[in-house]
Amino acid sequence: MTRADLDGVPRPDAQLHFGVFVQGVNHWTIWSDPSSGSQIDPATFLRVARTAERGLFDAFFLGDGLRLRESEGGIHELDVAGRPDSITQLSALAAATERIGLVSTSNTTFNEPGDLARRLAGLDLLSGGRAGWNMVTTHNAWTGENFRRGGFLDHADRYRRAEEFLSVARAVWNGWAEGAVAGSTDARSWSVPDAVGRVRTRTDHFDVDLAPTLPRSAQGHPVIFQAGDSGDGRDFAARNADVIFSAHGDDFDDALAFAEDIRRRLRAAGRPEDALRILPGTEIVIGATEKEAEEKARWVRLQQVTPAVALGIASRLWGFDLSGRDADGPLPAEDPVVAAYDGKFGTRQLGETLDTVAEWRAKADANGWSLRETVIELGPQHGHVGTPAGLADTFARFARHGAVDGFNISPYLVPDGLDDIVELLVPELQERGVYRTSYTGTTLREHLGLAPVA
Amino acid sequence: MPRPALHLAVEIDGDGAHPAAWRRAAHSPGELLTPRRLARVAAAAENAGFTLVTLDDSILPPGDGSAAESGPVGRIGAVERAAFAAASTSVLGVAPVVATTYAEPFHITSQLSTLDHVSAGRAGWVVGTEEDPAAARAWGRPLVEGADAIAREARDGLRVVRDLWDSWEDDAVIRSVATSRYLDRSRLHAIDFTGETYSVKGPSIVPRPPQGRPVVLAPAGLVPAGLADVALVGGATPAEVGEAAAAAGAPLAFAEIEVALDTPGATARERIADLERYTPWDGGRGRLRYSGSAAGLLDLLTELGGHVDGVRLHPLVLDEDLAVLSRLVLPELFARRIAARPLPGTTLRTSLGLPRPLSRFTTDGAATLVREETR
Ligand SMILES: Cc1cc2nc3c(=O)[nH]c(=O)nc-3n(C[C@H](O)[C@H](O)[C@H](O)COP(=O)(O)O)c2cc1C
Repeated sequence: MTRADLDGVPRPDAQLHFGVFVQGVNHWTIWSDPSSGSQIDPATFLRVARTAERGLFDAFFLGDGLRLRESEGGIHELDVAGRPDSITQLSALAAATERIGLVSTSNTTFNEPGDLARRLAGLDLLSGGRAGWNMVTTHNAWTGENFRRGGFLDHADRYRRAEEFLSVARAVWNGWAEGAVAGSTDARSWSVPDAVGRVRTRTDHFDVDLAPTLPRSAQGHPVIFQAGDSGDGRDFAARNADVIFSAHGDDFDDALAFAEDIRRRLRAAGRPEDALRILPGTEIVIGATEKEAEEKARWVRLQQVTPAVALGIASRLWGFDLSGRDADGPLPAEDPVVAAYDGKFGTRQLGETLDTVAEWRAKADANGWSLRETVIELGPQHGHVGTPAGLADTFARFARHGAVDGFNISPYLVPDGLDDIVELLVPELQERGVYRTSYTGTTLREHLGLAPVA
Repeated sequence: MPRPALHLAVEIDGDGAHPAAWRRAAHSPGELLTPRRLARVAAAAENAGFTLVTLDDSILPPGDGSAAESGPVGRIGAVERAAFAAASTSVLGVAPVVATTYAEPFHITSQLSTLDHVSAGRAGWVVGTEEDPAAARAWGRPLVEGADAIAREARDGLRVVRDLWDSWEDDAVIRSVATSRYLDRSRLHAIDFTGETYSVKGPSIVPRPPQGRPVVLAPAGLVPAGLADVALVGGATPAEVGEAAAAAGAPLAFAEIEVALDTPGATARERIADLERYTPWDGGRGRLRYSGSAAGLLDLLTELGGHVDGVRLHPLVLDEDLAVLSRLVLPELFARRIAARPLPGTTLRTSLGLPRPLSRFTTDGAATLVREETR
C-alpha cells in the first residue's frame, strides 16, 4: 500500500497496540490439547510474556475474579480455574522481562485504595515504569462472601466507589514531589523536608489519612485501563482512563460505533480524543490459507465448546440444569426459567432471555443446527480468522479508520498460542507500517503513545 | 548424614537494622527504592548461603514516625519485593512480613500462594501486626484496638489463610478430557470460616501452593502454638533465648539477633557510635544483640545451635555487615557443619526439614498421591 492509497483515510499513520490477556478462569483456553501447559506454573506466564515481548507487544495482562464460579449447585468443573494474584505474579515477571507492560486487573470493590495504590506503585517501580491497572468493579454479593465486608455494594454505587478509589490512588501516587529523596547520605534527613505529602480524603466511601511511601516511577504512575461496558462504565473511562479494554473488536461497524461513542464521551468530559486508547479483547486464529484458517477456527470452537460446555452455557441461558441432555440433539423444548437475581452471574431479565432463546430456536431451525452447533454459532466467543496477510489488511483498516487502537489478544492455547501471531502476523503488520519495528520507549505509557502524566 | 541444625535467615528490609543505617549505605538514598538495589541485596544473601531472607513491611512509612526521625520514609510492599527477589534468585527462600490486622485474608492467601508458585516452593510468611492506630487510618478501616484484638486478627487471619491454602487438594486439577472436567469439585472445599469479626467462604482462587503451605514464621506468643512452623524468639542471653524457644511450642524456633560486625574499615563499636550520633539504636525489641568480630559471632552462633533451630540476623547496615557475613561467618559455619547452604531444587520446607502438609480436607487415600520430594 503506498502513501497515495491512504489519502482520505482518517488516520493514515495509525499504529496498532497489542496486549496479551491471560484470563485465568475461563473456558476459551483449550486445556484439553496435549500442547496446553499448566495454567498456574510461572514458566507458563514467563513463556507468554517473553513471546509477547519478542512480538513487541505493549502489555501482558492478567484477569481477575475473586471467587470460583459455581453451577448446578457446586464449583463449576468445566473451566480452566485458578489464577495467581496478579500484582504478585507481575512483580515476578518484572524481574524476568525488559520492556513489556505489566497490567493487573484489580477490582475497586474488594480492595482498599491506600493498600492497592501502594502495591501497584511498587510494581511500577520494580518494573521501571511498566505497570498498568485494569480497573474493574465487581459488585456481587457472592464475591463478597470471601471478604470482611461481605457483599456490601449496590450495583449503582460501584462506579462511584471506583471514581473515589481512583482519586485516592492518584493522590497516593502523586504524594511525593520530584526529588523528594536526599541526594547524599550526608543530608540532614533521608527525605527532603516537605517534599513528602500526606493524603487525607473523606468521601462517601473512604475515610483515609496516610503518608504515601513511594516516589513516582519512570512513567509517573501506573497506566489506567478500564474494562466495563455499561454507559456508566464508558463515562467512567472517558473521564479517567488511559485505555479502554472493550468487547467491541470483531465487527468493523460495531467497533467503529463503539469508538465514536467513546470519542463523544471524551469530548463531553473535556478530554482530547487521542487521550484514550481503545483495545478490544479478541481471539485470533491464523492459517496459511483462508480455508485452512476456517478449518482451524472450527477445530478451536469444537475444542472450546465440548458437549458438556454447550450444555453448561445452555443451562445458564435456560435457567435450569440441562446436563445429561444430548448436546448434539435439538434445543430444549422447555421455556427458560429466570430465577430471582442471586448475585452469581450478573443480572438477567426474563425478556432478554426469552428473546435470546427465540433467536436461537429460529436460527437452529433454519440451519438445522444441534444445540452444540447453536452455541458455537451464536454463543459469546468470536474473534478474527484468516491468513496473516488478510488479517493484517483487516487490522490496518480497523486502525486507520479509528475503530480500534489495537487488540488485547486472548490466546486460545497457553502458553504457545501467541507464537504464530508473533511470527506470522506481526511481520505483515510491520510491512504495512501499522506496527512498531522496535520498542522506542521503556515505559508502558511510552509504548501506548500517551502523553506524560501531569 | 544428618543435616546441620542451624538454619540461617537474614532480614533485608531497608538499609539495615539501625534507623540511621542509610547513612552508611553504599548507595545514594534514592537508590533504596529501585529494583537494582533489591536484586543486588537478594543476590548477596543467596550467594552468601542464607536459607531465607525476610522483608519487613507496613502500610506506614518505616521508622518510628517521631519528629527526631530522619531515616527512610519509603518502602515498596514486601510481597512485591519478595516476588521480584524470588524471580531473580534460584535457591533463596523469601518471606515477606504481611500483617493481618487490616488486610483481607483472602488476598493474603492469594499473594502468598502466588509467591510460592513463582518461587517454586521457596515462600515463607512472617505473620505481622499493625499496632499503630495510624495504620487503621491509612487503610481506611475501623481501628483494631488493644493487644487482644490485634492477636485475634492475627490468629483468625492465619487460620483463614491456612485453610484457604488447603482448600484445593493437591490433585484438584484433573484435566479429564473424557468428561470435559478441568476440576474435580469434590477436591475443592469451602472453608466456611466464621470468626468474631468476619467470615470467609472459600475456596481460594489460587491452586494449592507447591509447598502445600508456605512456611509460616511468627513472633513467639502472637498466634496459638501449632499454627506456625517457626517461632521467632528473643532474649538477652543465649540461655534466655533457649528458654523462650522451648516454651514457644512451634516445630522450629529461630533466635532474633541484631548484629554489628567489625569491618576492614571500622570496628563494630565505631560503626555503631557513628550512627548513634543521629539516632539511638533502640534495644527495646528484646532481641539478642551482638557486636564485635566475626569470630565472636561464630562462637555465639555455635552456642545458639544448642538452643534453637535457626537464627534470623538483623544486620546493623546491610551493605557493610552482609559482606562480612558472607566472607567470614557463613563459610566458616558451613565448613564446621554448623549450618548448610540450601540445596538447589529444594523447597523452603525441605531446607528447614519440615514435612509437606497434606490438605486438612484431604479425602480417601489421597495421601499416597503426595510425592515425597526426592533428591
Ligand atoms: C473486555 C472486558 C474484560 C473484563 N475483565 C474482567 C476481569 O478480568 N475481572 C473482572 O472482575 N471483571 C472484568 N470485566 C467486568 C467489568 O469490570 C465489569 O464488572 C462488568 O463489565 C460490568 O460492568 P459494566 O456494567 O460497566 O459493563 C471485564 C469487562 C470487559 C468488557
